[in-house]
Amino acid sequence: MSRRSLAGIVVLLAMIFVSAAHTADDRNPLAGDAKAAKAGEYEFRINCALCHGLGARGGGRGPDLTRAQKKHAHSDTDMFQIISNGIAGTAMPANGTNGQGVGMTDEEVWQIITYIRSQEVKAPAKVLANAAHGKDLFYGDGNCALCHMIAGKGGRLGPDLTAVGGSRTREAIIDSVRNPSRRLAWGLTEATKEFPQEYESVTVVTADGKQIKGVALNEDSFSVQIMDAGEHIHLLDKEKLRSFQKSRESAMPKYDADVLSDKDLEDIVAYLISVGAK
Amino acid sequence: MRVVMSERKAFNREVREGNPRRSLRLWIGFLATCFFLPGLFPAHARAQVTFERLVNAAKEPQNWMTYSGNYSGTRHSALDQINLTTVRTLAPKWVYQTAATGKLETSPLVVDGILYATAQDNRAFALDARTGRPIWMYQRPLPGDIRPCCGRVNRGLAILGDKVFLGTLDAHVIALDAKTGAVVWDVVAADYRTGHSFTVAPLAVKNLIVTGVSGGEYGVRGFIDAYDADKGERKWRFYTVPGPGEPGHETWEGDSWKVGGAPAWNTGTYDPVTNQIFWPTGNPAPSNRGEGRAGDNLYSNSLLALNADTGKMNWYFQFTKHDEHDWDATQVPVIIDTPIDAGGKHLIVQADRNGFFYVIDRTTGKLISATPYGKTTWSDKKDAEGRPVANNQASPTFEGRTICPGALGTTNFMAPTYDPQTGLFYVTARDQCDTFSTAPQPYEAGHAYYGSAYFPSEEAEPYLGFLKAIDPATGEVKQKFQHTSPTWSGVLSTAGGLVFSGDAEGNFIGFDAASLTPLWHFQMGGAVYAPPMAFAVDGKEYVAIGAGSAVYAFGLP
Repeated sequence: MSRRSLAGIVVLLAMIFVSAAHTADDRNPLAGDAKAAKAGEYEFRINCALCHGLGARGGGRGPDLTRAQKKHAHSDTDMFQIISNGIAGTAMPANGTNGQGVGMTDEEVWQIITYIRSQEVKAPAKVLANAAHGKDLFYGDGNCALCHMIAGKGGRLGPDLTAVGGSRTREAIIDSVRNPSRRLAWGLTEATKEFPQEYESVTVVTADGKQIKGVALNEDSFSVQIMDAGEHIHLLDKEKLRSFQKSRESAMPKYDADVLSDKDLEDIVAYLISVGAK
Repeated sequence: MRVVMSERKAFNREVREGNPRRSLRLWIGFLATCFFLPGLFPAHARAQVTFERLVNAAKEPQNWMTYSGNYSGTRHSALDQINLTTVRTLAPKWVYQTAATGKLETSPLVVDGILYATAQDNRAFALDARTGRPIWMYQRPLPGDIRPCCGRVNRGLAILGDKVFLGTLDAHVIALDAKTGAVVWDVVAADYRTGHSFTVAPLAVKNLIVTGVSGGEYGVRGFIDAYDADKGERKWRFYTVPGPGEPGHETWEGDSWKVGGAPAWNTGTYDPVTNQIFWPTGNPAPSNRGEGRAGDNLYSNSLLALNADTGKMNWYFQFTKHDEHDWDATQVPVIIDTPIDAGGKHLIVQADRNGFFYVIDRTTGKLISATPYGKTTWSDKKDAEGRPVANNQASPTFEGRTICPGALGTTNFMAPTYDPQTGLFYVTARDQCDTFSTAPQPYEAGHAYYGSAYFPSEEAEPYLGFLKAIDPATGEVKQKFQHTSPTWSGVLSTAGGLVFSGDAEGNFIGFDAASLTPLWHFQMGGAVYAPPMAFAVDGKEYVAIGAGSAVYAFGLP
């Protein structure tokens, strides 16, 4: 065996070894380490709590991470990948790119995962509500589907709710139905800037006197894009409008308990969660 | 002179290679260059950027040679081709794609027809300022474990002699050959693994390159450094957190000074008459927890007046004592001299992140006035010196307490402008309140050190963004324009009666400086985090700004 091929084999063995070591590292090296979980809590507060809430129990925007069953991540390595790279098409940013918090090292990401695991509620709360009845209400008497879509079926005026059961807490969903304007009033933070739609209600009068009411799809200082109740899109220049009024009163009616009972609302939420968890 | 030499070389080559017609043309060109210098080719006549040129920047308004365009920090251009009348025909002239991702915060320099700027991940480049065509590009190979706080950003270069100067995310200061982008020298200022980095555009003063460190979120001990421009040797360092035995050390509890923060991550200003550098500092660390660092925490959130030659401090003014809200005072401190008939005062003014507009006597450092220019709830009284002080509802709690301004402040790093024609100071501002939560957190080297979290306030109004015009004489907001949402753009004023700024929706907007009425706008397709600047080449004025991942230059038809 020539010296060169010997060297080649050594290199090959080294590569296999490194690759094996890397695979071993793909498991959370800090799993179950209480000290790492505490360090992860500090990192979580700085980097994640803005959306996922203190204690990882979910904020208005980010999902409740104390649920053992997660929509996008099953294993620790899934979670590592998601924290590092974000989730395309959602408000979940890649590590260090959202302007909030700091860029985290691999070790710190593992610490956060260790912390999240330490907060998980193992047994999911038993759902007593009737998801099938919730679905009937959603598409029927609740009139939800007039404006909201689930899995391609429903209206376009309000947010698509296909994923909402997996990405919002039960409490946040109930609050959105009972007080639809509240979260609208918050406005958006920088972290969600690439999703500009805020669902503000807009009323304009065009130069020729036509009134258009709808929901803002987007807006800047000079133009506005509106969807009306008939799902027509209107592209308008603000300087050409006779009047432009924007309101953070949601176009969605307020569903009080006398309009929608607690029981029926629980059924609708159960339906949303059953769809969103898929 | 260099151009003359290169033409001569070309001429000699042409003669050698025997192209009689071209030789004749070159002869004519060469002779014309000799005879009509500097009148015909003034832009090419001077390659060296001397300190004298920086001091006298007002004499060459076609150039933009420091971060804020001049040592006073006014970000005002004396160019007036683009004015109240012509601005309506302003159009893009070129776009340069940096290929960088994240927030483009750079403020370009232009010297004698060449534009120098930076982008994320320590990119630097030189462009033909007329066409946007690259002359050179540089990108620093960065270690994988750098610790930038808030994006892998950079705010720009300094230029002096034949070099440009860059602070890096791995805490180096480097000099690049302005003609080639080659590294001339490279010095390590601090250890990046403990959270030190540079995002600031350095400031060239005399033969020194002055810069300030970032890392307030990692518990660094902040400093301002000055390096010899020729060799990179460090000439002085001012620690913004005093050590044992130094005045101000007593304002820190126990060993908290060692990890006290007070970074210095935005470009200061310089008064050549008194040879003083004015440099602002950032938050004490941990940013949102005061427990464990009892005291005023000097010189965090302060304006420092330093002797440019020695780095010795002449005076300081602390905007927010014992800050618990991450209200870095790292806003550009702008030098204004009032006319003799208005008292002939030597002032320095700052629209602070804490929501107050401060006017300070820059000879003594004494506060003249402090007036809110946005929504503030943290202070409702002033101390004997007139400084706003925190009330008993200002400290964060574990459960969270809603305080205005929010963590991002009423303004932030966005560069302001002072327009001597209107006498107004223009600044990007936001009204936003946040819920501040605090919790104990031990210091661990190289790990983020906030002691906190903050959230959008459930009770708060929607976040509002403005361009505001403040009268420095009274602190009164005279005009304002409300953006669709808060923006991170800086502001430029020009002698054309205009103010320029960008918005989060991607518009570049030209305003009437007197009324803040938008007169012109262009959709650039990406949010603005950068300040605009102005320059001229071949007698034509341009305004330039970064948006998305590109630098845009606009001019008249």
